[in-house]
Amino acid sequence: MDFTALSETVIKGNMDGAVQETQKALDAGSDPQQILDQGLIAAMDVVGEKFSQGTMFVPQMLRSAKTMQACVALLKPQFQAGTVSSKGKIVMGTVKGDLHDIGKNLVAMMLEGAGFTIVDLGVDVAPEAFVKAVADESPQILGMSALLSTTMPSMKATIEALKQAGHRDKVKVMIGGAPVTSQFAKEIGADRYAPDAGSAVSEVKGMMAAG
Amino acid sequence: MIIVGEKINTSRKAIAEAVGKKDAAAVQAVARAQADAGAQYIDVNAGTFLEQEKVLLPWLVETVQEAVDAPLCLDSPNPEALKEAMAVHKGRPLINSISLEKDRYDALLPVVAENPCQVVALCMAQAAMPTTADERIAVGAELIEKLTSAGMALEDIFVDPLVQPVSVDVRMGPAVLAAIAGIGERFPGVGTICGLSNISFGLPARRLINRHFLGLALSHGLSAAICDPTDAEFMSALAAVNMLLGRDEYCVEFIDAYEKGLFSKHA
Repeated sequence: MDFTALSETVIKGNMDGAVQETQKALDAGSDPQQILDQGLIAAMDVVGEKFSQGTMFVPQMLRSAKTMQACVALLKPQFQAGTVSSKGKIVMGTVKGDLHDIGKNLVAMMLEGAGFTIVDLGVDVAPEAFVKAVADESPQILGMSALLSTTMPSMKATIEALKQAGHRDKVKVMIGGAPVTSQFAKEIGADRYAPDAGSAVSEVKGMMAAG
Repeated sequence: MIIVGEKINTSRKAIAEAVGKKDAAAVQAVARAQADAGAQYIDVNAGTFLEQEKVLLPWLVETVQEAVDAPLCLDSPNPEALKEAMAVHKGRPLINSISLEKDRYDALLPVVAENPCQVVALCMAQAAMPTTADERIAVGAELIEKLTSAGMALEDIFVDPLVQPVSVDVRMGPAVLAAIAGIGERFPGVGTICGLSNISFGLPARRLINRHFLGLALSHGLSAAICDPTDAEFMSALAAVNMLLGRDEYCVEFIDAYEKGLFSKHA
């Protein structure tokens, strides 16, 4: 089955149209996993690319993500428990002392749209809390955000805490936020740096592919 | 309106390079350009240098004040860096900023209360960022009450209502505007200040949005803005808005700006 029409409604953020297309695909007997992968996630890939290229903007990205969520809600009952394939698990949060959540939320939303499972620890997350979540959730990737130059050192402290707890080798670390640079990521021993939500998705895919 | 020139900030690449090399001439050129364009305060921020901030912020203060006879806006939440910078600052600096986040408040209160200065009171509470106007006003009011109890004059406090991008939530525009008006009504004499450009994050044509937001913010009573005074289109908008709000007797400043060639030929 061809999911182009569904993808286009998601890219446009046309919620009613996308829900209709999803229902149509279900009625036609399409596999829900295929609808998710080839219709919805494929659409969000395009959105992420366009956002990174500067041809789509934050409100459009939000609208597409909300549209996808409405379609996923329709698909969910069609999956038997445990049969939805997740592309991987990512623990995320804004570091200690920092309450900024807009950038972190955009990244989480786009990663979710790309088919990853997100465990969002929220804002002002202490190194110990990141370490505990890595231990409890066994994610492939840990994402940290900082919007203040004063809270950036907390990223380093978290990486140190992961090492001390013996978890550093079990998880890849990606960081981002306005004052953060790829240079800083190297200095503190993070695996990746992502400047925006679109590139966060491609960095995560790169890490997952590398294993 | 008070203009705080925002350009000497090490999150900008050219400034980071100049500060890293202690290139005084480069920093001073940016300071002079902003003062010449109408900045009453020059913001200095060395936050990206982390541990070196306590050395570099005072260096910036001395370097900028060598070139420009203006008070500075010391842009840091780090009490050590602020103390060092205040010790070498001529006149009264504007400290940017204190907030209700407990650690930051406790660390900065003695710094601002014990030294002659003005202070930006950022509407950020302990637990989360404010979303509505009422939440912003409540945090602002608590900060004003605490700072005045600690001996600061109302006139030396500038409340920053915390501008958040409309791209994420279109209610952020009206929330900030209502907070500016609300704080002004409740505390006559207190200033309001904000960095305008955050409003346009995530959108195209950001400078256009920023200019219009400036007009709206001024009409709601904003008394100071952290902005780029060398942006001629921004300053043109400011001149027009000031005049339209009745703050430019005989339209002198507006016409002056026109005659100096500030406006583009399409204006």
